[in-house]
Amino acid sequence: MQAEYRPQDGAAPVLSLRGIVKTFPGVRALGGVQLDLYPGQVTALIGENGAGKSTIVKILTGIYQPDEGEILVDGRRVALPTAQAAGEAGVTAIHQETVLFDELTVAENIFIGHAPRNRWGLIDRRAMRGRARAILDGIGADLNPAVRLRDLGIASKHLVAIARALSIDARVVIMDEPTAALSHKEIAELYDLVEKLKAQGKAILFISHKFDEIFRIADRWTVFRDGQFVDQGLMQDVAEADLVRMMVGRSVDQIYPKRPARIGEPVLTVAGYSHPTEFADITFTLHRGEILGFYGLVGAGRSEVMQALFGITRPSKGACRIEGKVRVIRSPAQAVEAGIVYVPEDRGRQGAVKGLPIFQNVTLPSLARTSRVGFLRLTEEFALAREYTQRLDLRAASLDQDVALLSGGNQQKVVIAKWLATRPRVIILDEPTKGIDIGSKAAVHDFMSELAAQGLSVIMVSSEIPEVLGMSDRVIVMREGRIAGEFAGERMTPENLVRAAVGLDRSAPPPGEGEAA
Amino acid sequence: MTTAINGRHIPDRLTSPAARALKSWEGLLLVVAVAIFILNALASPYFLDPWNLSDASFNFTEKAMIAFAMAMLIVAGEIDLSVGAIIALVSTVMGLAMTLGTPTPVLVLLGLGTGLLCGAFNGLLVAGFGLPSIVVTIGTMSLFRGISYIVLGDGAFTGYPESFAWFGQGYVFWVITVELVIFALAALVFGVLLHRTSLGRMVYAIGNNATAARFSGIRVERVRFILFLLTGLMSGIAAICLTSRLGSTRPSIAAGFELEVVTIVVLGGVSILGGSGSVLGVVLAALVMGLVTFGLGLLNVPGIVMSIVTGALLIAVIAIPRLWAMARRR
Repeated sequence: MQAEYRPQDGAAPVLSLRGIVKTFPGVRALGGVQLDLYPGQVTALIGENGAGKSTIVKILTGIYQPDEGEILVDGRRVALPTAQAAGEAGVTAIHQETVLFDELTVAENIFIGHAPRNRWGLIDRRAMRGRARAILDGIGADLNPAVRLRDLGIASKHLVAIARALSIDARVVIMDEPTAALSHKEIAELYDLVEKLKAQGKAILFISHKFDEIFRIADRWTVFRDGQFVDQGLMQDVAEADLVRMMVGRSVDQIYPKRPARIGEPVLTVAGYSHPTEFADITFTLHRGEILGFYGLVGAGRSEVMQALFGITRPSKGACRIEGKVRVIRSPAQAVEAGIVYVPEDRGRQGAVKGLPIFQNVTLPSLARTSRVGFLRLTEEFALAREYTQRLDLRAASLDQDVALLSGGNQQKVVIAKWLATRPRVIILDEPTKGIDIGSKAAVHDFMSELAAQGLSVIMVSSEIPEVLGMSDRVIVMREGRIAGEFAGERMTPENLVRAAVGLDRSAPPPGEGEAA
Repeated sequence: MTTAINGRHIPDRLTSPAARALKSWEGLLLVVAVAIFILNALASPYFLDPWNLSDASFNFTEKAMIAFAMAMLIVAGEIDLSVGAIIALVSTVMGLAMTLGTPTPVLVLLGLGTGLLCGAFNGLLVAGFGLPSIVVTIGTMSLFRGISYIVLGDGAFTGYPESFAWFGQGYVFWVITVELVIFALAALVFGVLLHRTSLGRMVYAIGNNATAARFSGIRVERVRFILFLLTGLMSGIAAICLTSRLGSTRPSIAAGFELEVVTIVVLGGVSILGGSGSVLGVVLAALVMGLVTFGLGLLNVPGIVMSIVTGALLIAVIAIPRLWAMARRR
């Protein structure tokens, strides 16, 4: 174990990047950026989606090779041609979604690829378990190393992922949005872990979109914008507004752009929607021009209800009317025909079709319109794709570019553009701004208000209270698969929402009351 | 819209499709095909004889017909290993009908119908019940050919009417065989289908990410069913040509066809994982395979060595892009 380490100002960086350039076909992801990581300090890397943060992480972990520039460890130039080389140079990463193996034990997951060996070259299970125990203790995780991973909950799996990152003797720890999927309690534990790592003298690169978090745990900051280095400095010398300005290159109005809505007649009426396991007795009405927020804890069944409305899962009971007509929706294709579209939370798997170019993603549900008797018309497709991607301020090299090369926020814009191009009546947005930066977030919010003002009905599933309160005309709170309350006007307060979501609010009105005024 | 004013202009394309094609797999295949053609011409004085070349085209025409439909299936992330067995069953059905004195047009319709039915059966199992296509078609491979064996035993159907011989032995013009014309038409139809229609676009979307395709409102199961139907139909057409050319039906007809068809498809640059590939690549791959087999035949290379050569060719051709990419990363 390392001795207690006291960071001093003026200490030399343990790892530095100088003039890093990385280009992909048609995109310059990084145009000569620099970064310095100091021992015993947390450096926050701040930037919008597409600023080049993920690319820098991949360069540091040996997945990408920079086209130009140098990587210095202790002032010596090194190359990181493989993930293994990065590990040997002392760089490790805790990713947003680390791939773990359900059928292996905790210890096997932690040491996969570098398990301790005995003298015959076989895996030394006892040593592996002992060292796994030591690492788990070091991060305060009370887990049995011999347990299979599939028997653990999500939070414990996350701890295993962290333990795995720390199982190599790292001097530089990269944390890429480590709190994105965590509860409050787990986030507090993660902060403790960061403090422990700092005390051990490790240099930490912390990537996050949450400013409160950055101000709480970071010592230094570095801002990237559009693949360029903007500036760096000490946290104590900077204000939030300055960072935001540097990130977006303009000042962002933090106030939600919700406009007074003109709410019209009912568009979607859901009555008694039930599912054998996921939700029960869901009844609500959505009006023209309305933004209806769905709030609840993770696992409250909100996404499941939305996916049933979109025809992914079938409700066992209940009816759905659109503009007064009963519609039976058994597939997404039928939902789209009925005018309901769904922007999923799981962008990577369910949203964009990676491998297809941007314009083909946008026109995918509108092929009947852009083609003639089944034959594609590329001019029409490009026209449609151009119209909607420009409305959403997409950043891309060309419309012929693979969506996989876009940042998360821009992929989200492609998915939204795809649905708007179908001219829907109802658009369901499932955690539309999760994991995207402030700039893209504001663009999505702005656009949502715009759509509602044009008479589209919007359902927004969100777990962020400021977003729900800032954007919604009315909020439905779900808990354990049921509607736990409905709030509008003055009753739409953070306290009411949270009480209903956790089950404290016994006095919540039954569904149906408190309809939008 | 305020956002429309802020929206940046994004160009449609940066590289033209033509520029892309030059650097593509298809470009490489074309070079390989030309090289083999020249090598063959130098190696044997009989190679350049038009009638020899015409005869040699039978090496690939029947397999290539199926390969076009198979290419669409594989782009969509599915596979059909029962195509050889479908040929056996189709040929057996036609043979049975022939012994009852059925006229040629009806034989052809029966062949097409049986092919479609077999495809529909595969499609139902895969798209309807959600079973993995590799398992389903390994099963139907035994099933279809098994029926053929039960009907025929050690025997064979011979004595097809003379008019039936046109499909496999006839010429449309000079050295241009009927099969070559069917091959060319099939290439055209499937080229348009995969690259110029909504169905083709959906096939690519499903092959790249079936979940996202479903979440985009595509009727994924319907598309999969259609693709199996098309593969069944093309196997039916190939069965008519092959039976007509051989003039007889044995239960072992077209044994091992499925692997050669898949070889052509993969050689043609279609990713075995789905999501990419082109019909042009499959056409070129069929020509390369045909030229290699013919060239080796002219040099009196025995069949077993030939299969070693085609196997090596397939592995080499799949390994080249990998090695190329690794070399470029250095």
